[in-house]
Amino acid sequence: MNIVVCVKYVPDASADRRFEADNTVDRVGVDGLLSELDEYAVEQALQLKEKLGDDTQVTVLSVGPDGAGDAIRKALQMGADKGVHVVDDAIAGSDALGTSLVLAEALKRATWDLVICGMTSTDGAMGVLPAMLGERLGVPALTFGSSLTVEGGKATIRRDGDVATETIEASLPAVVSVTDQSGEARYPSFKGIMAAKKKDVLTFSLGDLGVSADQVGLSASWTAVEGTEARPPRTAGEIVKDEDGSGAKALAEFLASKKFI
Amino acid sequence: MAEVLVLVDHVDGAVRKTTHELLTIARRLGEPSAVFIGSLSDDAAASLKSNGAEKIYTVDDADIKGFLVAPKAEVLAQLVGSASPAAVLISASVEGKEIAGRLAVKTDSGVITDAVDVQAGPVTTQSVFAGNYTVTAKVTKGTPIIAVKPNAAAPEAVEGAGAVEAVSVSVSAAAKSATVTSSEPKAASGRPELTEAATVVAGGRGTGGDFSAVEGLADSLGAAVGASRAAVDSGWYPHAFQIGQTGKVVSPQLYIAAGISGAIQHRAGMQTSKTIVAVNKDEEAPIFELVDFGVVGDLHAVLPAVTSEVNTRKG
Ligand SMILES: Cc1cc2nc3c(=O)[nH]c(=O)nc-3n(C[C@H](O)[C@H](O)[C@H](O)COP(=O)(O)OP(=O)(O)OC[C@H]3O[C@@H](n4cnc5c(N)ncnc54)[C@H](O)[C@@H]3O)c2cc1C
Ligand SMILES: Nc1ncnc2c1ncn2[C@@H]1O[C@H](COP(=O)(O)O)[C@@H](O)[C@H]1O
Repeated sequence: MNIVVCVKYVPDASADRRFEADNTVDRVGVDGLLSELDEYAVEQALQLKEKLGDDTQVTVLSVGPDGAGDAIRKALQMGADKGVHVVDDAIAGSDALGTSLVLAEALKRATWDLVICGMTSTDGAMGVLPAMLGERLGVPALTFGSSLTVEGGKATIRRDGDVATETIEASLPAVVSVTDQSGEARYPSFKGIMAAKKKDVLTFSLGDLGVSADQVGLSASWTAVEGTEARPPRTAGEIVKDEDGSGAKALAEFLASKKFI
Repeated sequence: MAEVLVLVDHVDGAVRKTTHELLTIARRLGEPSAVFIGSLSDDAAASLKSNGAEKIYTVDDADIKGFLVAPKAEVLAQLVGSASPAAVLISASVEGKEIAGRLAVKTDSGVITDAVDVQAGPVTTQSVFAGNYTVTAKVTKGTPIIAVKPNAAAPEAVEGAGAVEAVSVSVSAAAKSATVTSSEPKAASGRPELTEAATVVAGGRGTGGDFSAVEGLADSLGAAVGASRAAVDSGWYPHAFQIGQTGKVVSPQLYIAAGISGAIQHRAGMQTSKTIVAVNKDEEAPIFELVDFGVVGDLHAVLPAVTSEVNTRKG
């Protein structure tokens, strides 16, 4: 079986993330890495490979700047077999529709039975890309799976929705996305890190995928960010130490003064 | 004035509050047209009408029941074609996002997710980077498709014409390729809906697995109960109650964090709350950077004492 895992290179969530003057995400001034939530997608692919045997190939696919190579490398260190990196200056500033177009074109040129995505990227955090891929590729999309099983040519997920927990299935080929409930992602082992050095990463430009530069990027975007504003820092509040019940009294007093009681 | 399509979110025919919020937002943008997929009861029709729906499109779901959302996206795409709406509003739920993503591709239209406000334009407001930034945005191509978060507007009671119009749509075989094979409804907690509650009391690893103090305080305040991922991962509280990056994002008037350290992923789900209170025995806990009021102490002592204070004051 052939599995493709889509991974995104994102600014480190624990760093001071910010925007550029043109309201695009600053992807240069802030350290980037493999989106934490995409590690769960890589993990599910590796678990399937372990279960289904070695003729299962796991390819990681990322659309992003040069640094996205690091995100791909991390997934290879975890155990994926090869990487595909779509990189082109014209892609910068693409929105979800633009990115999904590029990913879909890359996927149309590959052989796969299953595409696994993360639940959302940690920067854009839209969580719409997997559905867009399903639509563009004409295959079912099973999104936000808290577990994933693949058996007898079918993929099945469990989805913890607002009003119900559902079991959802579809025949392969399909796109799925998995949540952080699907199982802790492994750390690269020393052996994995060494092995990754010899794994292939193919690089494609837009031209290689038959996408023209004016279909993607900031100017072709279907949405425009008009303004970004840092939320004002919260003003320091009052902190009291509880001694023999004084904390509870003070807190009740505070709640009453704010009319919460 | 152009129509604004609102996809009705309902559970077995009962319209959810988020739909009323969407109808209120729709009136800022044009004439609200509710799209009801399923069989419309008189109660449901009345609730849509009294929240401002001028039109109610009904689509029989006999043919698409049991399939995942792709058919709903097709229904909306066909209505976008026939009604040329000024915008399409959808709840930003797991299902809503999937519909929005598919609809965007089908209609070649821009999509904005997780809007916390939508004003004429339409101009949307989103909270990004764990709530550290506020972003305003617009759709510049196609029909704006906007997935709106719960609580983005206070529903206004306005009588609309509520003209019901049955539409028949053809759903492709391809859209019926993912099936829901089982569905277990969530047990009702008897407390307010987490994302809609005015007050949320949340417990973390510091509860040690005993949520009774958290629940007791929540009940005295009429609040919803939430949990950190550490508490959820330990199996102490169901995932549906997790607050944070990979759980629910809440923005209540009052948020009380008990035994929660305040990791960035947790903050992402509660940072925009109006008033924040924390009870934590470690005075160095990062959660204290966010609070309007904090108590350094043992939650198992502080919470029950606050609960009885609240109950006494309520009289
Ligand atoms: C990809 C990813 C996604 C994540 N998503 C989320 C998410 O959506 N939501 C989320 O919450 N986390 C999320 N996390 C986890 C997050 O990083 C933290 O690990 C988690 O929030 C910690 O939970 P906690 O504060 O309950 O536990 P801890 O960090 O262990 O803090 C427990 C706190 O309780 C205090 N305490 C202990 N005993 C008592 C007592 N008796 N009385 C008072 N205080 C006491 C301690 O001082 C401490 O501050 C995510 C992590 C990752 C990697
Ligand atoms: N530029 C990208 N390259 C590869 N995969 C991506 C990219 N952007 C998003 N994805 C995938 O789509 C998922 C959802 O992303 P999003 O819709 O942006 O929240 C991510 O978890 C990734 O699996």
